[in-house]
Amino acid sequence: MTEQAYNFAYLDEQTKRMIRRALLKALAVPGYQVPFASREMPMPYGWGTGGVQVTAACLTPEDRLKVIDQGADDTTNAVSIRKFFERTAEVETTEHTAEATVIQTRHRIPEQPLGEGQILVYQVPIPEPLRFLEPRETETRKMHALEEYGLMHVKLYEDIAHNGAISTAYAYPVKVEGRYVMDPSPIPKFDNPRLESAAIQLFGAGREQRIYALPPHTRVVSLDFEDHPFEASKADHDCDLCGCGTSYLDEVITDDAGGRMFVCSDTDFCASRQADGHRGALSPQEELA
Amino acid sequence: MYVAVKGGERAIDAAHEWLAEERRGDTTVPELTVPQIREQMALAVNRVMAEGSLYDPDLAALAIKQARGDLIEAIFLIRAYRTTLPRLGHSAPVDTTGMRCDRRISATFKDVPGGQVLGPTFDYTHRLLDFALEAEGEAPRAREAEPRREPTPRVTEFLNKDGLIQDEPRSDGTPPDMTREPMEYPAGRPLRLQALTRGDEGFVLGMAYSTQRGYGRNHPFVGELRIGAVEVEMEVPELGFSVCIGELTLTECETVNQFAGSKTEPAQFTRGYGLVFGQTERKAISMALVDRALRWEELGEENIGAPAQDEEFVLAHSDNIQGTGFLEHIKLPHYVDFQSELELVRKMRAEALGTAKFKEAAE
Repeated sequence: MTEQAYNFAYLDEQTKRMIRRALLKALAVPGYQVPFASREMPMPYGWGTGGVQVTAACLTPEDRLKVIDQGADDTTNAVSIRKFFERTAEVETTEHTAEATVIQTRHRIPEQPLGEGQILVYQVPIPEPLRFLEPRETETRKMHALEEYGLMHVKLYEDIAHNGAISTAYAYPVKVEGRYVMDPSPIPKFDNPRLESAAIQLFGAGREQRIYALPPHTRVVSLDFEDHPFEASKADHDCDLCGCGTSYLDEVITDDAGGRMFVCSDTDFCASRQADGHRGALSPQEELA
Repeated sequence: MYVAVKGGERAIDAAHEWLAEERRGDTTVPELTVPQIREQMALAVNRVMAEGSLYDPDLAALAIKQARGDLIEAIFLIRAYRTTLPRLGHSAPVDTTGMRCDRRISATFKDVPGGQVLGPTFDYTHRLLDFALEAEGEAPRAREAEPRREPTPRVTEFLNKDGLIQDEPRSDGTPPDMTREPMEYPAGRPLRLQALTRGDEGFVLGMAYSTQRGYGRNHPFVGELRIGAVEVEMEVPELGFSVCIGELTLTECETVNQFAGSKTEPAQFTRGYGLVFGQTERKAISMALVDRALRWEELGEENIGAPAQDEEFVLAHSDNIQGTGFLEHIKLPHYVDFQSELELVRKMRAEALGTAKFKEAAE
């Protein structure tokens, strides 16, 4: 079947309208999980079907789309999703954060701050921040309705009692505008401070049939205690390719004798810095000369 | 020297080429045709239609071919195709009493009007490999009998006449549609039955089996199991009456289960119900047992905390496309979140070891 057999951005207009309604509701009640009739997509649940549906509902032919996975434009699933929209929506794509109008992401927020007019779409596996404390949806919806978040604080406290620190390193829970506790998707907690952004942030969970959102400049606070304040941590290194000391790093094992290096997880950020002449400790020698 | 991994796109294309080559297999062996799969792998086709929620034997056979025989993958292909199809309308409820039964058995009565008809069943085959099938022989032919022309009465209706079995509340309400609305709990019986009929055969079987072993036992008898073709009718607004638009094969199982009763209500048998596309009797019987287990509240039974009594647990985990997707997604890159845990564990270990050394020094 040819691509022309499908509607713009794959989904039919009725489905997009249904998703847009859910998105508007989500933006009106920041952090609240809106149920939506998620469709079966031509890629597996867990591969970003929620994000893909949200992106499909947002895209216009004039948009410029960027897709990242683990911060990188060239990870296989990012490549695959970008290709999907190139085929079904024929929109322009880019790897440059600043040039993109819509960015679909899995597990990272780009290093470069986003601006007004940009939309960041997150792929969400488990939208319910309370799920691993209470597996029942019927119960967790009640807890949100009653703003009953004591269980979450007890969990964080028990972490400190057992390990001396809060042992959540990614998908670190946040409170939105002083009301809903929200799962920011499995981004490292390093990214949490950048959840307060000028961009529109949309979260899509396909399998779990939920959409939620952060309108621009929404107050987003990572849960913590006065004597154990939230800390956005990262590997204690500089990027070995661009020398950046403030970006989130991937650890790469380079040999079987304990050799390793650290590189920016945001490939566009790292490449742009290298293009500007920044160098890291392990940058190729000839370029240093 | 480390170079960032590039060329994901080329790797994906190469993987797809290799997959296509592997699907075809040894080219000295003739290629399977879709009609061959449809005719000779009919039970696989039935499963794909049932769990794919799309009654189309040719497409199901094509999906099985494309999926290299991985039935869950084939079901996925069908689901992804199904979701793009426009809704032209709704059929009238099918009348299974009018089914042209290929098979119809009751385990509760030795003989019943309409008779016990074994039909094409594995039930009494001896499971000995038939090596003759390795050779291509003549097509086997079964003996024939006069088909039954009149509708086949239902076993549960005999019981119902005497008030011995609980009557189902009747409703002409439009049932909810799980493919068009997000699932919400409590879901209610129409949604439960929708989810079970497209649920994973293995999961529904496991749940049903668990009730038989005591996790929510409900003492089922197969009151009736029937397999055959039914007509699908649809009301055409321009005509003002319903017309037959085709037929499909269904498997229907009605179980007769242990009675409920109280001081005010005399004892009555209860029912479980299974209805599945195609000849899929393992699934239909399983569905009936799980349906019955999930009705504990409505029938005034105790919830003993058995998995099969838990609507949210059963419905949220019965779909193999959701399940396999989420399970297999853990093979996708997770190095960003893993890195964050790595840092945290290193930090916590460093702090713990530091404290230990400090203690040692103090002692």
